[in-house]
Amino acid sequence: MISGYLITILITIVIYAMLAHSLNIITGHAGQISLGHASFFGIGAYTSAMLYTEVGLPFWISVPMAAVAAGVVGALLGIPCLRVRDDFLAITTMGINFVVEAIFLYLPFFGGAMGIGGINLPRWFGREMTKPEYFILILVVFGLLLLLDRRMGRSWIGLAWASIREDEQAAGAMGVDVVRFKVLAFILGSAIAGLAGGFYAHFLTFIMPQNFGFGQSIVILSMVVFGGIGSRWGPIVGAIILGLLPEVSRPIMEYRILIYGILLLGMMRFQPGGLLGPESILPRILRRSVYSLRGQG
Amino acid sequence: MLWQQLANGIAIGSVYALISLGLTMVYGILRILHVAHAGIYALGAYVGLLSFRLIGDFWLSLMIGMAGAAIAGYLVERFLYTPLLHLPRIAPLIVSIGLFTAMEEAFRIIAGPHTLAYNARVGLGDFSVGSFHLTETQILILFVTFAILIFLWAFLAKTRTGLAMRACAQDPETTSSFGVNVSAVIAVNFLIGSAMAGAAGVLVGVYDNQVWPTMGSIPAYKALAIVVLGGLGNIPGTVLASIGVGLAETFFIGVLAIPFPRDAVAFIAMIIVLMFKPYGLLGKA
Repeated sequence: MISGYLITILITIVIYAMLAHSLNIITGHAGQISLGHASFFGIGAYTSAMLYTEVGLPFWISVPMAAVAAGVVGALLGIPCLRVRDDFLAITTMGINFVVEAIFLYLPFFGGAMGIGGINLPRWFGREMTKPEYFILILVVFGLLLLLDRRMGRSWIGLAWASIREDEQAAGAMGVDVVRFKVLAFILGSAIAGLAGGFYAHFLTFIMPQNFGFGQSIVILSMVVFGGIGSRWGPIVGAIILGLLPEVSRPIMEYRILIYGILLLGMMRFQPGGLLGPESILPRILRRSVYSLRGQG
Repeated sequence: MLWQQLANGIAIGSVYALISLGLTMVYGILRILHVAHAGIYALGAYVGLLSFRLIGDFWLSLMIGMAGAAIAGYLVERFLYTPLLHLPRIAPLIVSIGLFTAMEEAFRIIAGPHTLAYNARVGLGDFSVGSFHLTETQILILFVTFAILIFLWAFLAKTRTGLAMRACAQDPETTSSFGVNVSAVIAVNFLIGSAMAGAAGVLVGVYDNQVWPTMGSIPAYKALAIVVLGGLGNIPGTVLASIGVGLAETFFIGVLAIPFPRDAVAFIAMIIVLMFKPYGLLGKA
């Protein structure tokens, strides 16, 4: 039997992996940046929580609606920004993070600083899901998202994203509708973050505005950068390592944000591909050891 | 009452201008969104406060705060931004965010999480005519900002280095081919921009009589919104947008008492202006 503590960590890590993956669609696939990814996470969590506690919709409807709500807000922000200049997206997403947190905090409708409680785990077969079952549910959903991502990567959409990331002007000259594909990546990434928010709300059973502040956005960004922007498994590995670290050691927990900041800075400065990027240390060591093994054999 | 609010708005707008100008100058020359600029601003406040406690003279502490910020800005440019200029533009931006986050945490760990008082006597005295009243610190802010803006204008318009800076902002490669040392120009750009942010940090510290670790958080995105509002990289536009946002905050929240987060005004203004003028108030396509 898996202990409650372990299952809590596992669920948290899968949610972080989902968030890192969703930011990777925006940053890694389309080369854009969202500095307020936690706000979409928060919009999802609050949508799902409000629909569940106030409207009385079941989990199975409230969580998909969380993805829709975050995706719609993403579209409203992304379309005007990405049409004008990329930099505006970075500024707007950073600003919206502070605004969204302030709205959750100051509007009594959203429960203010106390947040929203009374959100339960989903029910199935006439009873409430256990935590291990919930973990498997999230894992399956995440697996499906990764499969979808792989399929998209091999389709025209993936090719268009790759061309935009490598050379935007050349892609535009070849007839790729640059703005449309950037907006698509932004909406998709926001929607998945919203979905993660819905799962998070039903797992924690109560949510507070502080869970979705700018610091949280930095945490998600650190996972993506640490693992490797644009690589499929990098951000997931980043989420696992950075998600586990604070659990392993108390001092790391204390100076968590400082470590994330230094990690962002140091990784980008010395190892911009991240842990699993094509030019990074880890793949090189692996390749070398494979070669040396073959050489002996 | 109206004149009073006008003066308050301009005082707040002046601080915004001091922070935003460095940001817009950096963007103009390197095309980097320098988020860590707000960290430099807070650093200026801490260095100023530390030297004020050691020396006890406000004007000297203002100078030291500006110098500390300028040196920090220069180091950031040399060791973090310049080596990354060949990478996609997202790379220096991520470095900047990491640095800003780390700086805030470093302030919290070193100086403590609570606010520290910056109780400086400037020696200017208050000024009042009838119901119109300017506090000492407001006069200080207006005076220092005015002096710095005059200096900046004279520097950019009248000196050879200033001319080289304007040329670099337009086209660094061509400027370099005319024999201008672009690397030195970028360094001067960061020194001046960061010194202004440091001055803003000290002024806010004295105005609010407090210095705290996350004092850069709101300026970090507010200054970015102001810079976009004025037209990224456009210096007169940035000054105009700063004063405009300062006035709008004072009037909408202070006079009309609209129940609305004050710090969202700049952001809302940015979005509204971008709808009609996609390149900002004075920006060009």
